[in-house]
Amino acid sequence: MSVPSTGAGRVRALPARSVLRRLRPGHGFVAAYVVLLIAFGVVPTCYAVYFAFTGAGGAFVGLSNFAAAASDFRYVSAVGHVALYLVLWLLMLVVFVVGLSLLLHRLAAQGMSRLLRFLYYVPGALAGAASVMVWLFLLDPAVSPVGFLLRGLGFQTFSQVIAPSHLPVLFTLIAFWTGAGGWIVVMYGALNNISPDVLEAARIDGAGPWQTARRIQIPLLRKWIVYMVILAFAGGTQLFVEPQLLSQASVGVAGRDYSLNQLSYDFAFQNNDINTAAAISVELLVVGLTVAGVFVARSGFFDAD
Amino acid sequence: MTAKIRAVGAKRSGKGLGRTGLLAAGGALVLMATAACGSGSAGAQNDFRPVKQTDGTLTVWVDSSRLAAAKLYQKEHPSVKMDIVTYDGDANGSNYLRTKVSLFDRTRHGWPDVVFSTQNNETSWAVQAGFTAPLDKGLIPKSTLAGWAKGANDPCTVNGTLYCLRNDLAQTVLWYNAPLMKKWGYQVPTTWEQYEALGKKVASEHPGYLVGSAGDVFTPEIYLWAAKCGANHITGPKAVTVDTGSATCKRMATLLDNLIEKKALSLSSVFSSDFDKNAADKILMMPGPSWYGGSLFEGSFKTPAHRIAVAPMPQWAGDSHPSVGDVGGGTWLLSAHSAHLKAATAFLTWATTSDDYQGKQAPGYPAYAPAARTWLAHKASSGYYAGDITRPLRTAADQVWTGWGYGQFSQEAIWAATVTPGLTAGKSIVSMLPAWENAIANYARTDGYKVSR
Repeated sequence: MSVPSTGAGRVRALPARSVLRRLRPGHGFVAAYVVLLIAFGVVPTCYAVYFAFTGAGGAFVGLSNFAAAASDFRYVSAVGHVALYLVLWLLMLVVFVVGLSLLLHRLAAQGMSRLLRFLYYVPGALAGAASVMVWLFLLDPAVSPVGFLLRGLGFQTFSQVIAPSHLPVLFTLIAFWTGAGGWIVVMYGALNNISPDVLEAARIDGAGPWQTARRIQIPLLRKWIVYMVILAFAGGTQLFVEPQLLSQASVGVAGRDYSLNQLSYDFAFQNNDINTAAAISVELLVVGLTVAGVFVARSGFFDAD
Repeated sequence: MTAKIRAVGAKRSGKGLGRTGLLAAGGALVLMATAACGSGSAGAQNDFRPVKQTDGTLTVWVDSSRLAAAKLYQKEHPSVKMDIVTYDGDANGSNYLRTKVSLFDRTRHGWPDVVFSTQNNETSWAVQAGFTAPLDKGLIPKSTLAGWAKGANDPCTVNGTLYCLRNDLAQTVLWYNAPLMKKWGYQVPTTWEQYEALGKKVASEHPGYLVGSAGDVFTPEIYLWAAKCGANHITGPKAVTVDTGSATCKRMATLLDNLIEKKALSLSSVFSSDFDKNAADKILMMPGPSWYGGSLFEGSFKTPAHRIAVAPMPQWAGDSHPSVGDVGGGTWLLSAHSAHLKAATAFLTWATTSDDYQGKQAPGYPAYAPAARTWLAHKASSGYYAGDITRPLRTAADQVWTGWGYGQFSQEAIWAATVTPGLTAGKSIVSMLPAWENAIANYARTDGYKVSR
């Protein structure tokens, strides 16, 4: 976080010609990204927006696709599911990622840190769907390596484990397990960026680990936490892989039409209604952008302090 | 007409979004794609015009159970170039086939030439989408088609035209463990009343043993279909009558609830790891489709020979019109986009009618009657089953209740999402009948059905 600001400062101080020379290779690198962004981000988004406001024949239909989506009998429950999941997932993510990275940082001196950092990251190294598959086995008492634990909790069969009321917690656990490791490593990096002088000064002033964390480390991590929340929120509203795979594994008993993204998928491929499907995806885009905007504005995310 | 609308849409999108070249390019892409998919769905429905025929690789999609058919064909016909792809067979309403076809419709290529589906309702969308070729308009001779069991190809017939071929019949019968019944001195029940009484008796005399399973997504097709429960009466191409509150539905639901309470019916799917591990060797009786014998007992459970026998499905006492249910019995579809229609038709005909596959290897009761005769003779001579399986299976083939149809929505998926979680949580089926009816009506409406209740 302090790196970009000092970098910018240095750039400003340089003469104009030298700035150009410095930026050219940079532009080259960014260009490749921009091409991909346009091909896989901007164009599909425009495509979706076009579909969301047109009918099957291509004529402009105003908001009727949005109305069709909202009046579907699965819509309200899907919104509820995603909202509950987001609350659980974001809370768990912020509390545990920040907590575990602070712990990791404290342990840095004791040599345990590298092993733990590796352990946290391992699940994140599995590709998304593969790591969910692991959970499908973990959650089936008949084949799970922790079957004794599930039976101890009173679950004898897979269908008992995946009862509807358990789903928000299960999806949160799966998402945390697959996604949190990467964030812990990022937060740990950010913690390492806090000047040792500041921590030293705090220690001299008599701050314990708790006070150091609360008064110095967490405030300095704020932008990273905001960054994580923005991305996790966008990812969370797009909940899809977990319920979809669970639905397939349970032959439709749990997780069918669970999230908004699944509903969009169903509209597109089950009801052959691409336009309503696009309307839902545009809603998700708007919600994601709005929340990101609020967080960025409130946190001063782009301030160069 | 549609072209005109599209042109209007084009202008609008150009005006609204076209401030930058980038967005205009996006709009152009949109137009191209719409134009492409627009032309794809038109025309194919009414009169079938094959695409330019070429020599090439025949692409065949099958589920894992039908892989043997494709492999055997390849072995017997080494000159045919085949690309055999396995997929989930669209089982349990997974909709994989439809999803893929709708993507292929957009990209205008990639369709398989021949597809096997475990579902009987594929024509409900595939005909409209122009994916299936009409089979009785010159591709397959009438004399061959006459060989199918009566009514077997009904799910494949849309407006009098045949759009797919039935692979197997899945009429339900009562499977039971003959030596065990004899050892315990039980009589095979012929009525549902006797079945329920025996179930309760087993529960008290031999706890842990099962007289069936209510944990599968096709449970309603085994029990409620057989009991003439009008949950799925398809009355027209886009019309369904749903009535789960009738006396027939309640009567069977109550029977199931009573036996579930006594733990004589399992709540796990017969395909679950849990059932395989804990219950597979505790089956005294098991109402189920004709394919249970080969696929479940002989295949999954590896039940030893001379144990499993077949009896007719129980009926309600005094019912003079015996009825059975039906669980799937897949269909074969021929792509209307195929550039190898001759080779594809040859394979399709072979896969559905040949004695080599259907008669001797197929796990389910062949829908093609001559192959079914070979199949029954083959099963009888294999010595796996205890007693005669021919008569009960053949009788049941003609008794499938016709009041249950094949809509576009998956009854299995609806039961799975609505009733199964409740069963797991200890609710009774009777108490969930209204919720089940609501769910069927809701899903039918989203597919554009007119619902009467």
